[in-house]
Amino acid sequence: MKDKIVVKNLNAWYGDLQVLKNINLTIIENKITAILGPSGCGKSTFIRCLNRLHELRHKARAEGEILLDGVNVFNMDPVEVRKKIGMVFQHPNPFPTMNIYDNVAIGLRLNGVKNKEAIDRAVEESLKVAALWDEVREKLNSSGTRLSGGQKQRLCIARAIATKPEILIFDEPTSALDPISAMKIEDLLIDLKERYTVIIVTHNIQQARRLSDYIAFFWMGELIEYGPNEKIFKNPKEEITREYLKGRVG
Amino acid sequence: MEMAARKMKNHALTIYSITSLIIITIPLLHIIATTIINGVQSFTLEFFTSLPRPPGEEGGGIANAIQGTAILISLTMLFSIPPSLLTAIFLSEFPDSRFKNLIRLFNDTFMGTPSIVAGVFAYTLFVTKFGFSAIAGAFALSVLAIPMMVKTMEEAFKLVPIDIREAGLSLGIRHWKVVTGIVLRSAMPAIASGILLALARISGETAPLLFTAFGNPDFAGSVTEPVSALPLMIYVYATSPYPDWNRKAWSASLILMIAVLAINLITKYRLRRR
Ligand SMILES: Nc1ncnc2c1ncn2[C@@H]1O[C@H](COP(=O)(O)OP(=O)(O)OP(=O)(O)O)[C@@H](O)[C@H]1O
Ligand SMILES: [Mg+2]
Repeated sequence: MKDKIVVKNLNAWYGDLQVLKNINLTIIENKITAILGPSGCGKSTFIRCLNRLHELRHKARAEGEILLDGVNVFNMDPVEVRKKIGMVFQHPNPFPTMNIYDNVAIGLRLNGVKNKEAIDRAVEESLKVAALWDEVREKLNSSGTRLSGGQKQRLCIARAIATKPEILIFDEPTSALDPISAMKIEDLLIDLKERYTVIIVTHNIQQARRLSDYIAFFWMGELIEYGPNEKIFKNPKEEITREYLKGRVG
Repeated sequence: MEMAARKMKNHALTIYSITSLIIITIPLLHIIATTIINGVQSFTLEFFTSLPRPPGEEGGGIANAIQGTAILISLTMLFSIPPSLLTAIFLSEFPDSRFKNLIRLFNDTFMGTPSIVAGVFAYTLFVTKFGFSAIAGAFALSVLAIPMMVKTMEEAFKLVPIDIREAGLSLGIRHWKVVTGIVLRSAMPAIASGILLALARISGETAPLLFTAFGNPDFAGSVTEPVSALPLMIYVYATSPYPDWNRKAWSASLILMIAVLAINLITKYRLRRR
């Protein structure tokens, strides 16, 4: 059990609005960590700090330390941070004018990989890992936007995997999907943790329960409670966590 | 009672709309019909492939004007697309600044420039030093095309959702490469439409060519020579006293009209397909 990401005293703002307050948290390698909490509590902001997307928004800033394999990401080149941390967004967003193949290959190409065979292999393998290969192998040349919602999301997962990150972050990856597509993604996430450290944002309590090894419960910008899945669900320390998990607040 | 009044109002409005529509479209249809009727008369193979003959001699064509317009449009694309694209990228993909607002103000002002002013500008800059040339003509046309292109290209970039940019960045791709390799590709259909529409707009311009490209009764041997162009040729032929030339002016107008219509249809079709 290795500490993959150690967050120390993280604070984040949009202008004068502080949305993360002194977050301390350790994310364990090859486990699924769920970030749980009501809408607006800062879940997305938190994960966007990890791969330094947060600071790109207007007037957004962050302070504190995020140690990725012991190195503070705020001292790293953001591009290098993002190579290690892949991200899948809430709304499936394949690149609109690219075909399926290019969607997966583009990350490698734009990062300078020229070898056609290496790219072919990476595309096939990533699509296989994302459990999409069998459905698209015959139509790699057709547009990514013509797939179903669930397929698009798996294409986005393949795209994130292709550049060989070590960590995968999912921001409510199933909230825009039908239940069956959502289940497929959930199954996939469980497979993924063998190779990746997985962080998933959700405000679906049952999903967090089914999937995660660790749960971080956020409330109004603060990390209220953090621990192993069973402990949080069976025996939460805080009253507010208990109430939230019962569906009474949030 | 109230119901009836509302119905009346409705009817009145419908009648008013239809009448306006007819008033607007009749002259337009008239122009199109006249151009077609007069234009097709001299549509022969010779008309497209041979050079003009002196007035009074039958036959001859406008191949020089077609060549000239092709040269002018190509050069204009060469001169206007790269700077427009870079400006649009700067305006849409980089953080807001006062400099950006200045550029936008500049661009909007340029967009209102009368086309003859673009011609004068090119005249003083090029023609006074190097004489009449296709380059000077294309430069004048570019002055007109660039502001239009910058505007439509910036819009095209802005239409690309922020999600797409963040997805690109999250793959560990540098900002500049995300812009050129992903955002640009996503905006490409709209950019292409913007380019085509700007070219359609300027391909009929006569004024800026009068004292830049100047016109040429022969094929132009190089881009540093004066060239003919369809609008120039129409201007000269239509105002001439020779009926044969007048007829040819109609035919050239028809060619120009068809070309512009084709461009508009292509852009429409492309836009709808997205
Ligand atoms: N670009 C922004 N500018 C200003 N405030 C923002 C911005 N983005 C988010 N916020 C605010 O920051 C707070 C945290 O937002 P965040 O998106 O992190 O919440 P979340 O937990 O992901 O919510 P949800 O479950 O709805 O996605 C919210 O109060 C939100 O209104
Ligand atoms: Mg969110």
